[in-house]
Amino acid sequence: MTKKTSYRLMQGNEAVAEGALAAGVSFFAGYPITPSTEIAEILADRLPENGGKFIQMEDEIGSIAAIIGASIGGCKTLTATSGPGFSLMQENLGFACLAEIPLVIVNVMRTGPSTGLATSPSQGDVMQARWGTHGDHPIIALTPSSVEEAFHYTIKAVNFAEKYRNPVIVLMDEVIGHMRARVSLPPQSMIEQINRVQPNMPHEWYLPYERSATGVAPMASFGDGYRYHITGLIHDAKGFPTANPNEARDNIRGLFTKIERGFREICLVDYECMDDAEHAIVAYGSMVLSARSAIEQLRESGIKIGMIKLGTLWPFPRFALERFLPQLKTILVPELNMGQIYREVLRVNAGKAVIEKLNRVNGTIIAPDEIVKTVKGMVR
Amino acid sequence: MISNSQLVNKYFRHSKKFPHIWCPGCGIGIILGNMLRSIDALAIDKNDIAFVSGIGCTGRAPVYVDFNTLHTTHGRALPFATGLKLARPELNVIVATGDGDATAIGGNHLIHACRRNIDITTIIFNNYIYGMTGGQYSPTTPHGDKAYTCKLGNIERPFNISALVEAAGATFVGRTTSYHTLQMQNIIKKAIRHKGFSVVEIITHCPTTYGRLNRKGGAVEMLKWQKEVAIDKSRAEKMSPTELEGRIITGVLIEKELPEFCEQYDSIIEQAQNQTKGKLK
Repeated sequence: MTKKTSYRLMQGNEAVAEGALAAGVSFFAGYPITPSTEIAEILADRLPENGGKFIQMEDEIGSIAAIIGASIGGCKTLTATSGPGFSLMQENLGFACLAEIPLVIVNVMRTGPSTGLATSPSQGDVMQARWGTHGDHPIIALTPSSVEEAFHYTIKAVNFAEKYRNPVIVLMDEVIGHMRARVSLPPQSMIEQINRVQPNMPHEWYLPYERSATGVAPMASFGDGYRYHITGLIHDAKGFPTANPNEARDNIRGLFTKIERGFREICLVDYECMDDAEHAIVAYGSMVLSARSAIEQLRESGIKIGMIKLGTLWPFPRFALERFLPQLKTILVPELNMGQIYREVLRVNAGKAVIEKLNRVNGTIIAPDEIVKTVKGMVR
Repeated sequence: MISNSQLVNKYFRHSKKFPHIWCPGCGIGIILGNMLRSIDALAIDKNDIAFVSGIGCTGRAPVYVDFNTLHTTHGRALPFATGLKLARPELNVIVATGDGDATAIGGNHLIHACRRNIDITTIIFNNYIYGMTGGQYSPTTPHGDKAYTCKLGNIERPFNISALVEAAGATFVGRTTSYHTLQMQNIIKKAIRHKGFSVVEIITHCPTTYGRLNRKGGAVEMLKWQKEVAIDKSRAEKMSPTELEGRIITGVLIEKELPEFCEQYDSIIEQAQNQTKGKLK
């Protein structure tokens, strides 16, 4: 955290840790797991230097539980993990969704299932991020495609968590996590920090789950004089358990409404070479790097192709595709999984363009040449 | 001492729709009531108490009382409480958990919280059974006793919770029963005052499932049984192992001072900040 823009060579995991600090995260709980461990190691050093706290828990179940507890105490919180740990976090991720607790989970994705290929990249947890915890719930998942984005998206993740009182997942593939690049770190004064809205009414008037016009209720910290109840049961505006069908409906629908209202803001998308594009690559994470290089080569050989780069995966930014569908003949979705976002693209497309997937699940990445070859096959 | 009506008026949530969910004769209400009496005797401000629970019959206790209350997931009350305590060290964090919640699904969190010696008071309501789900055997169901998942008798050996948490490093361990209410209040008071991780194991009764299945009679008979088997630590020390067979030793079993986690972390912050200042020079 500096007073003027500084430039540093750092890896994606380091950029996440720097982003967390810049966003005002003051509490981290985690459990060691490859390939995310650097985030924990860096924050174990850096948090206490800044008056924050770090704790290594007994497992990932405890890690997310501890950051929920600290968030209820008023801290901005974050944990970092990878596939197996992310699986263990699903239980309390659901709690945080229903109880509307701001927190960030960084999942540096490795190849699964199970222990899988522990040190190899993957994008296999995209659907798990969406539906991993049981029950209907909204989720926000961001995915950086460069080291610098890892820094900025971590800040955005913390801000979205605070603004929408919802868990936010940063899905980063191992390539970005361990890639080193020069990153420009803006001065702290240029960093936007969003804090959850705190209640300011008298204690007796406070209804912890009464939604304001934004769809989000103000959140009191424990110890601030607003004695209230937080539960993982379906609850009414007071936070008390209810089985009343109308109150249950309001509770669950309210979770979705607040994210729907923020949909446009939450959806981070970029377009590259799309103006005249007849073909597109929909890419996210490290696949953006391969796609970018492939597009350069394909443009040189006269193929009008561009990229729709997804920075947000959930909620799925369908408008980013819909906007270009009328002009597109083919779309390629390269992914380090069996085709998870491909299915979303199919769903949005509804029969307009030809959509192909290009998948890899052997722990290696998809190289630009392979994309070039596939696109040339499609375009013909 | 505070009267019952004063206790109800002062600590129960008027906005919460009663009646509570517990069965007639349940021991949980006795423990909750005495916990409130202990808190009242210590004159702790209600704003300074965070009351955290897991899942099960015991897990429902916080919703009824006027503190900062947090009803978490099954077995996870302690890691939630750990994060909260670190964020708000000035809060008195009290965890209510049942035998299944604390020692089965939450067993790993329990032993690590003991080892860490973080200043949290954990009250374990031990009624030997999973009550909320209708009476399945728990890690404390005695060998040979019946439950709906061991109708021919439990073939597993039970945990001795107090011994378990002592071995795991809890710096305060007390045990009592729901019959011995004055002892309970004293132990809970000491546990809350104790700087470090404290566990109070309270033997209680579930007449609806455990009592019925094992022909222990109703709540009154089960309370009488607690009175008979409990023996104070001071008297137990003079008795032989044979004499102590089938008895439950009560009282403050462990009380020692060791560095507390949050205080130690504060010194880590201080050291880290001094180092950074050094670097800048």
